[in-house]
Amino acid sequence: MIRKVRSHITQNEDLIFERSSPGKVGYQLPALDVPEADPSALLGAANVRGEIEGFPEVSEVEVVRHFTRLSTWNYAIDLGMYPLGSCTMKYNPRINEAVARLEGLAWSHPYQPESLSQGAMEVVAKLEDALCEITGLDDITLQPAAGAHGELTGILLVRAMLEAQGNPRKRILVPDSAHGTNPATAGIAGYAVQNVRSNDQGMIDLEELARLADEDVAALMVTNPNTLGVFEENIMRAAEILHSKGSMVYMDGANLNALVGVARPGDFGIDVMHINLHKTFSTPHGGGGPGGGPVAVKKHLAPFLPVPRLKRLKDAFAWDYDVPQSIGKVRAFYGNFGVLVRALAYILAHGGPGLRNATVDAVLNANYIRHKLAPYFDLPYNRPNMHEVVFSDDRQSAKGVRTGDMAKRLIDYGFHPYTVSFPLIVHGALMIEPTETESKQELDLFIDAMISIAQEVDEEPAKVTSAPHATRTSRVDETTAARKPIVRWKP
Amino acid sequence: MLAACGLTSTDQLFGQIPAEARIHEALNLAPGISEFEIVDYFKGLSDRTSNGYASFLGAGVYNHYRPVVVDTIVSRGEFLTSYTPYQSEISQGTLITIFEFQTMVCQLTGMDVANASMYDASTAVPEAAMMAVRITGRHRILVAKSVHPEYRMVQETYAKNQGLPIEEFGYDAETGQLDLADLEAKLSKEVACVIIQTPNFFGIIEDVKKAAELAHAHGALLVATFSEAASLGILAPPVDADIVAGELQSFAISPSYGGPFAGIIASKEKYIRQLPGRLVGETKDSNGNRAFCLTLATREQHIRREKATSNICTNQALIALMATVYLELYGKQGLRELATQNLAKAHYLGTKIRPHFSGPYFNEFVAAAPAGKTPEGINEALLEKKIIGGLPLGRFYPELSGATLLCATEMTKRADMDTLAEVFHS
Repeated sequence: MIRKVRSHITQNEDLIFERSSPGKVGYQLPALDVPEADPSALLGAANVRGEIEGFPEVSEVEVVRHFTRLSTWNYAIDLGMYPLGSCTMKYNPRINEAVARLEGLAWSHPYQPESLSQGAMEVVAKLEDALCEITGLDDITLQPAAGAHGELTGILLVRAMLEAQGNPRKRILVPDSAHGTNPATAGIAGYAVQNVRSNDQGMIDLEELARLADEDVAALMVTNPNTLGVFEENIMRAAEILHSKGSMVYMDGANLNALVGVARPGDFGIDVMHINLHKTFSTPHGGGGPGGGPVAVKKHLAPFLPVPRLKRLKDAFAWDYDVPQSIGKVRAFYGNFGVLVRALAYILAHGGPGLRNATVDAVLNANYIRHKLAPYFDLPYNRPNMHEVVFSDDRQSAKGVRTGDMAKRLIDYGFHPYTVSFPLIVHGALMIEPTETESKQELDLFIDAMISIAQEVDEEPAKVTSAPHATRTSRVDETTAARKPIVRWKP
Repeated sequence: MLAACGLTSTDQLFGQIPAEARIHEALNLAPGISEFEIVDYFKGLSDRTSNGYASFLGAGVYNHYRPVVVDTIVSRGEFLTSYTPYQSEISQGTLITIFEFQTMVCQLTGMDVANASMYDASTAVPEAAMMAVRITGRHRILVAKSVHPEYRMVQETYAKNQGLPIEEFGYDAETGQLDLADLEAKLSKEVACVIIQTPNFFGIIEDVKKAAELAHAHGALLVATFSEAASLGILAPPVDADIVAGELQSFAISPSYGGPFAGIIASKEKYIRQLPGRLVGETKDSNGNRAFCLTLATREQHIRREKATSNICTNQALIALMATVYLELYGKQGLRELATQNLAKAHYLGTKIRPHFSGPYFNEFVAAAPAGKTPEGINEALLEKKIIGGLPLGRFYPELSGATLLCATEMTKRADMDTLAEVFHS
């Protein structure tokens, strides 16, 4: 039974270009307090453009209605549980938005004098300190703009360190359960990727690792807890194997939210890791960004961190560009500062004990889901999980219903789908991450919905395979979109 | 809930973590504080910045007015707190705003296709260079010295690890425009792309067509970048470029001490399958209604893994939405008026302080400090009047160490320009 939602009216809305009519405007500019300019005279006629063909012409209220109507066609955390495994869709506290918009922070220019930037630089300092404490690592850069960008930065740090030792090496080991960004990053950093098969428990296979580890391996990129949501219990042994060959251990920090206040990567053998501020530290996903991808390192990698480094002088902060072994810059200026402000606000609001509580709640929520749904869905790796749990569609696919179908059906029940078909080591994966945000009430609604869908698969599978039924947009033809790409509007 | 899991304490939830990997003392972080205390703390930080100062800084980050409606829209939870729109049926709102973004980026730049956004221009430029390397099968990259110094630094970080040799070519000391002779001398059949910026870092408008002709004559692609997107309201778009990689910070995105911004990457149609990052396409749903979805995902890391066109995953969607709302508010007429106002303000300042280069400029220009003065000294004097002066160029261009880069936008007041000129010449 569908208990969480019922349908309501949504407004139709055209593309803005189709709403446009000549002469309409939605802006105001003050009267010029200087003489008018003649573009052709100042720039040369050839440098001046004609009218921008097809560009919108609409009024302010039309713009407001346009986006408000479109917004109602989106699902969001603000509407309910968003159980996307690996994505960590937790509540985004609004206080973080408010402080990021404070005039002095939002309108600070990156090149303004340091004497007029001390408040902004303190944000950087405080966040650096907090993240080092949380990860147990020695030093950090906040420059990378997102997780994948952090991965690239981290691997370049490894490369720079190895190069300084005389040999950058050739390969990066990536488990078959890894996020797609890991191998893509290794490739972009100039390394060959070697996949490492997981063992029959979905974990790092130490024997396989020992076989592959040699003096050509720059690093192992490991996610811990891994993408099954399980802590790699042999992580310290794995790190020893790599370290014995002079290789580094990179940790994808996508799942750091399962560890904060409980275990620290720096204590279990990790040399370098990135942190997704938009996951663990609740900065909004915003429909796909912006993110923040700080990279924390052990001492031996610190000399290679990007410039500028924040220097803590006796009574002031300063930017230091004089770092001879630095890999250089990975992004202009100092990173996604506005995202850093939000993450710091989140950390201050929670404090040490609050952060640990969030971890406990997230792990408890995921275990609760595992226990409640285990009778209905196949658990390919049935073992205690941390912040997320991965089922497979084995039972349902036998009846012709796939994980993607059930995900779409979940929409009719008022939930965003879980993560579909990832990790790749689970055939037909259903990857569920509730986060600490959800109450037992919301979790129970979700569990009921999943059980109800499992029953539908038995009784009326067509209802599931043709879902969703209640949305204003039914199942979308992605094949045609890719075959004949239309990626812009044309008059 | 613990009982339902067959547990008696929350500690048991972490039983799988080996004892030696666990921490046994609390994190050394203060206890949480209330909302009021958080506001109070950050207000204190905000006061220890440039709050209340007028500024003539541009150099890749510009002060433009942000209409109130922009914040109204991006604060809506349906945009703010949604994920990447992989589930099309419940993400049409985000998908359509991205489709409109892609369209307007094409309209502004004169390109055929544009992606859903990059982190910023400094990272979009190396992604464009990697595209060019894939397209041409060549490895050498030529970058104009008049491209933003930080973009060049990022480009270098990306390229050196892929074994892509980079060479810089100069600018004309008189006009501040590309030294085309130097470019021509450095072009060869090994060059994958030539990277230029217009308006360039000095604010000067480049001859994109000539640069493209030279690049194309040697089989290389032309990558054009820009940091001042407001210029596109009046400047002819860089249609002769093959790839455009730029920065939209000017469109309602606050300077925010350097980020988050929104980069773009756009190209000719034939290179669509080499674009990095996300793309939204139009299609139909099973009822035949128009619908949108992420498309051509086989370029991307979650499908192609190490063979992907880029490792980018998260982009700058919400920031791109700010630019989208802004562009729709300003529209055809507003963008032109905005650009013309910027032009007027900067050229008013240009009548008070003589530009160092003779090339046409948009809203910023280089000025040499008068004899006996330094840009740093002038800036010190300006701070006493609560004015932040231009960017002294010595840190990036030793040959211009006596010069400063001054910017004026529609936000710059005539009175402040007069004060600046007075202090500059006094």
